[in-house]
Amino acid sequence: MADDKKSSSWLTSIRPRFNKVFGQQRETPDNLWHKCKKCSQMNFHRDLTAALYVCPNCNYHMRLGAKERLDSVFDRSDYRVIDLPDVTADPLRFRDEKKYTDRLRDARSKTQMKDAIIVGLGKVDDVDAVAVAQDFSFMGGSMGMATGEAIITAANLAVTKKAPLIIFAASGGARMQEGILSLMQLPRTTVAVNLVKEAGLPYIVVQTDPTTGGVSASYAMLGDIHISEPNATIGFAGKRVIEQTIREKLPDGFQTAEYLLEHGMVDMVVHRSQMKSTLSRVLRHLLKRGPAPEGAENDPLPLASPKPTNKPVDSASTGAEAEPPSPLLSTP
Amino acid sequence: MSTAYLDFEKPIADLEAKIADLKTLPGEGEAGAVNVKDEIVRLEAKAAAQLNDMYKRLTPWQKTQVARHPDRPHFIDYVNDLIEEFTPLAGDRGFGDDHAIVGGLGRFKGESVVVMGHEKGYDTETRLKHNFGMARPEGYRKAVRLMDMADRFGLPIITLVDTAGAYPGLGAEERGQAEAIARSTEKCLTISVPMISVVIGEGGSGGAISIASANAIGMLEHSTYAVISPEGCASILWRDSARAADAAAAMKVTAQDLKSLKIIDQIIAEPIGGAHRDPMRTISDTGRFIERALAAQHNKSPQELKAERRQKFLEMGRNLQIA
Ligand SMILES: [Zn+2]
Repeated sequence: MADDKKSSSWLTSIRPRFNKVFGQQRETPDNLWHKCKKCSQMNFHRDLTAALYVCPNCNYHMRLGAKERLDSVFDRSDYRVIDLPDVTADPLRFRDEKKYTDRLRDARSKTQMKDAIIVGLGKVDDVDAVAVAQDFSFMGGSMGMATGEAIITAANLAVTKKAPLIIFAASGGARMQEGILSLMQLPRTTVAVNLVKEAGLPYIVVQTDPTTGGVSASYAMLGDIHISEPNATIGFAGKRVIEQTIREKLPDGFQTAEYLLEHGMVDMVVHRSQMKSTLSRVLRHLLKRGPAPEGAENDPLPLASPKPTNKPVDSASTGAEAEPPSPLLSTP
Repeated sequence: MSTAYLDFEKPIADLEAKIADLKTLPGEGEAGAVNVKDEIVRLEAKAAAQLNDMYKRLTPWQKTQVARHPDRPHFIDYVNDLIEEFTPLAGDRGFGDDHAIVGGLGRFKGESVVVMGHEKGYDTETRLKHNFGMARPEGYRKAVRLMDMADRFGLPIITLVDTAGAYPGLGAEERGQAEAIARSTEKCLTISVPMISVVIGEGGSGGAISIASANAIGMLEHSTYAVISPEGCASILWRDSARAADAAAAMKVTAQDLKSLKIIDQIIAEPIGGAHRDPMRTISDTGRFIERALAAQHNKSPQELKAERRQKFLEMGRNLQIA
């Protein structure tokens, strides 16, 4: 790891890197506007990248690419990208309306990634860690053999380095084009994360939007600690399938991170700007290490369950006191 | 013999209907009776040959229908024939008892075991009771409970898989369907006792793997095992669930496909015309597979059993020889 001891807020320190990344990879000039999907506010692209793709106006968490994710979590965005094993390409010679090999080629040229996942080794507030990030923009982040091997590689590395494993899940589920081989990634990744747990190392899952299907039914629900991002969709079955099965409309907020928090499936819902400091804090506790070094973020621990801040409060009819906006969902 | 014919079995249905008609004919004198008898023998031979031919060349979609055949033997049938002193155990100790997964203690070939599997039901009432074999979180949590118990007491585990998949419902999601499936798969891969699984009908995705991450896995000849139902896959990738036959073929869902991909260890042959035409034989052949598979695990240490099971899954998909 780099020995740069410069103490500045991590957000400030990664900003130049972010702009560089987006400038190269997505070829988006800094002065482009980006319209928020939720509140329709026009945001400057460079403001958005600096805010880790959270709308400065309404806190809507847009999807973050895998590389940007690892940049945002490792100290100074400095980490070793781990080489991942090659897997048999298109083992089933799968073809729907398009050949799987063509879909893969398109996804690769669009994202400049080999598959929907990357693994990094670096430091999180000075704690050695292996972090895995899935990328929704690569075929919906779907889990096939490449994802399985990536998670196995990451788990083995964590055990070898005696480092915790953090997985940022972002996936619609198993990759149908790999058929039964994609289903087998459920037990394979489950074995992998158990190797980490049995080595006495922390295994943290961050469920981002979306974490569904076979991914939620395997490693993404087996963490020591589950942290999710606001409003992320997390669940097993697709909403449409459920509605067709039960023949009724699903309630608002169904399968959101907040819904899972309420139902005991995740430990906390954390604003992206506080993700790194939260991870750092839980890792340090689990590893019995002292507090984060000077220069790291030191946010208060999340205490209240985050609720939408813009909910109208009808105190006259309920007599209830207005709930203060959660610190987790307010702009940092 | 079964009377429920699948669409593609129409020629067989016609022949067998004709045979049944002939059998009810009063013979007109001795010579007439002999003629009818000869005709019956001839038609029966023809039907058998056609059935044999048809079942040798079933398409993946046809196999999917055979795997879902309403008269196909179910978990309960296997337990009745193969397990003595079956003692069903109920409940996840948290919320309820899910009848989509049935399990308990029993004696297999003299040895005490934990046996469990999906039960689809056999008529409207039992199908509703068992939710068509589609488990909710409580089913997987009961499975975890039973596997834990087997592990504590050193009892081998036998699981029979027959599910369209985990139930996609509001309550199931609310109570953590994904987590329940994940924990059950994890438990399969953590226990130190022998675990043998057989896919007897449908191996539907996470709902199947959650009780089938075993030391040895068998599949009945016309059973299927897939990451998503052909209809589901077709509606997503082809945007048309009517393309299920294409999806079934593309996804490689048959026992033969899975054997060649080294996902399963053995194919258990079915009687000509499918398991439902001779349930007893199907069940006893399945019993023989389980007996041999258990015997093969017999001298292994608890550590070996767990390590080998894990290694088996880690190796899956590596070094594939693509034809
Ligand atoms: Zn907004």
